[in-house]
Amino acid sequence: MADVAMQHPAAQAFEPPLFRTNSKKLGMWLFIMSDSLTFGALLFAYSYGRISNPAWPMPFHATSIMRASIMTFFLLSSSLTMVLGVSAATHGRMAAASRWLVATMLLGTGFVVLHAMEWTGLIAEGLTPFKNPWAAGVPQFGGTFFTLTGMHMLHVTFGIIYLGVVALRKKWIPILLVLWLLAWLLTPASSPFHYGAHVLLVGAIAASMILYFKPKQYDAVDIEVSGLYWHFVDLVWMFIFPLVYLMSTRIT
Amino acid sequence: MRDGMQTANHEGAIVHEHKISQFFWVWGALLGLTAVEVYLGYQNMQPLRMLFILLGISIVKSALIILYFMHMKFEVRRMRYVLMTSLVVCLCLMFIFFADAVRIIDLGVR
Repeated sequence: MADVAMQHPAAQAFEPPLFRTNSKKLGMWLFIMSDSLTFGALLFAYSYGRISNPAWPMPFHATSIMRASIMTFFLLSSSLTMVLGVSAATHGRMAAASRWLVATMLLGTGFVVLHAMEWTGLIAEGLTPFKNPWAAGVPQFGGTFFTLTGMHMLHVTFGIIYLGVVALRKKWIPILLVLWLLAWLLTPASSPFHYGAHVLLVGAIAASMILYFKPKQYDAVDIEVSGLYWHFVDLVWMFIFPLVYLMSTRIT
Repeated sequence: MRDGMQTANHEGAIVHEHKISQFFWVWGALLGLTAVEVYLGYQNMQPLRMLFILLGISIVKSALIILYFMHMKFEVRRMRYVLMTSLVVCLCLMFIFFADAVRIIDLGVR
């Protein structure tokens, strides 16, 4: 019966997908759209507070702006390495694609480290989610700032873990566990990153489940889909950097 | 000059091939626009005016990322319109309340 169906000319006639694209890519686009609304709401909350409060604090001095500019450079460059990785994978050069993905992960890690330094500096100055040392009448600054930038930092961290799964597969798990131990043990207990480091442990467990229970050789489409996520994370920062940092620059 | 080539795979999905130099141009443009933003950050402008200028530049930057890095420029037209229109409409619905932020400054809060 199956042979008969195979020989029928209609068995070869496939209707092309509606958007002429892979279903994985479409799925990622739908996720990106829903996540855009999450970040849209957070950016709206921050910008609304910024505009409606003339006494909004201006805590970002030259060092902060310099650091945030380098972070922007890292993310933009990581998007370039990502797109070069996708291009290599499309041409069947999978080893080169993996190397570009690792370069993307390193630039992303540089971004997270600089962002953690920025947070540590602001916390040392007395910023908490509920109060800030610069404008006592605007307590929502810390809450909106930490929620927006923390959410983005979490997305970048998940992006690095995701790219590691695609590029390095099972070799990524011990590296991730070492990074978790380093981040956990080298940060003081008072730092939010001491406990935040456990995100890497959760990521390692999730990555292990994916890699051991559903092992596969990731192809060009998988790399392109991971690239879509990474570019989205970059895109969100293109709004956070000007609206949060440049709108609250301390001009001396 | 063509931006890239399109071929269809056996599932009917479009596979893109792009010129590498194009990605470097987009990357350079994004860095240039970021430098303009940093310069504007140090101009002592009225916050609302600054917000609109920075938001405008950010929208141009995000359009470059979506079109070239995320390959939306090379997708079929119906996918471009369906995804982007729905996203822009939803974000605009959210930001429609933004006028209230300015009203609070001018009229105060009861």
